[in-house]
Amino acid sequence: MFLKLSSQKLAFLSLIIFLLVWQGLAFYLNSPTLPLPLTVLNVLIEQIISGELPYHLGITLLRLIVSFTLAMLLGCAIGIVLGRNQKLDAFFDNWLVIFLNIPALVTIILCYVWFGLAESTAILAVVINKIPNVVVTIREGTRALDQDLLEMARCYHFNKRKTFINVIWPQLHPFVMAATRSGLALIWKIILVVELLGRSDGMGYQLHIFFQLFDVASILAYTLAFVAIIQLIEILILKPLDRKARRWRR
Amino acid sequence: MTDIFIDIKNKTYQAKGSAQAHVAIKDLKLSLHSHEFVCLVGPSGCGKTTLLNSIAALDNDFEGEISVGQQHVSPKIGYVFQNPRLLPWRTVRENIELVLNEEDDRQIIDTLLEAMQLKDRAHVYPQQLSLGMSRRISIIRAFAINPDVLLMDEPFVSLDAPNARQVRQLLLALWQQRPHTILFVTHDLREAITLADKLVFLSSAPMKIVSEIKIPIAREARDNEKLIEDFRQQLISDYPEINALL
Repeated sequence: MFLKLSSQKLAFLSLIIFLLVWQGLAFYLNSPTLPLPLTVLNVLIEQIISGELPYHLGITLLRLIVSFTLAMLLGCAIGIVLGRNQKLDAFFDNWLVIFLNIPALVTIILCYVWFGLAESTAILAVVINKIPNVVVTIREGTRALDQDLLEMARCYHFNKRKTFINVIWPQLHPFVMAATRSGLALIWKIILVVELLGRSDGMGYQLHIFFQLFDVASILAYTLAFVAIIQLIEILILKPLDRKARRWRR
Repeated sequence: MTDIFIDIKNKTYQAKGSAQAHVAIKDLKLSLHSHEFVCLVGPSGCGKTTLLNSIAALDNDFEGEISVGQQHVSPKIGYVFQNPRLLPWRTVRENIELVLNEEDDRQIIDTLLEAMQLKDRAHVYPQQLSLGMSRRISIIRAFAINPDVLLMDEPFVSLDAPNARQVRQLLLALWQQRPHTILFVTHDLREAITLADKLVFLSSAPMKIVSEIKIPIAREARDNEKLIEDFRQQLISDYPEINALL
């Protein structure tokens, strides 16, 4: 019976079971540290109506967009340069490994100590954390570029722009999508820490307050909103981009 | 005009990883008149593709000199690679359109697609084509730019016999319509005799010229298969050394 269900129904069923388990557990424990799903939903609606959640979520989202865009642009540019130039790559490879392995928290603390508790510092900390990941992914993609096609482009005198749009970009696209997905997940998490440590608005700041009040229902309500936004980005932006880029595949 | 002079003193591939240094071409001198159709015949791996890449200026890492056409005017070179090299994310038509300049006539794409019987495939992506079709598209792409020089690296391999014959005829027709210099690499001596003004036999690496042979058969008589076959037999008996190269 289980196997006969369509995958859509299956996904729905799994969600229901998740809620039931939560409900059962909360009911059984009967503790303020694990509220019922319905309680969380009530808090969520309250917070949305009061305007508090949209405000803080909006601020975090704005920081996400700015830092994500900066990190992707810089990371792609550096990644392409390193992927195309062996000497530069050999020179900067160590730097990359160092930056990849500095814990996010260290970067954030150092940025705040060195540059002050400002908005631009918060963005900078996120960008510095994210860039090495983008560089590594895009560098891999650039190294894998098809030399045959690049030769063809040279032979037929494609200019730089034409070569980039028609030959290089379509090959990098899967790598950029991979960097985007892993990047969004990473930045979401780092941004909350950045806000928790040095900002007086945004989701990270709010979660910090709820933590001090032991307000688990609010924490879960914010988490829910958070997950919903990520899903929306995936469904409305990333999936259509993927489909468009894959239309030529068999 | 588009005379081509080739004088490669030495082309060596440097040792890389476990591969040893390898002398691909040594003291190769060859000149082509404008509008001449020359077939290069030689064993596989002898460096013919290296030579074509050097002429197309894709590989400039050699000692010697290659001049194509007049100085100061860069000639239009159409290159039919050994593999089709179509962009998989662009449709057939887009692939051909991309090599054209703004001012070029788009009409030629339809004319050529029609001639190759691929008109109904114009808006298909290359992965939905057979290898033979992809090869024909890459030939159309090279024709479309109205080249001064056409480099063809075994273009008809993997086309079935009727298709190959048809594309060969089309190539000759286009060449006569708008003369250009053609350098054509092939293993097939019969094909070479059918197409070329001149055959150039090449040795295995390091590549040099074994012999250059003009083909005396008139163009109009080239569809006479017996004549071609007789000439082939005669070539092989006159020049026993070329037999080893085929």
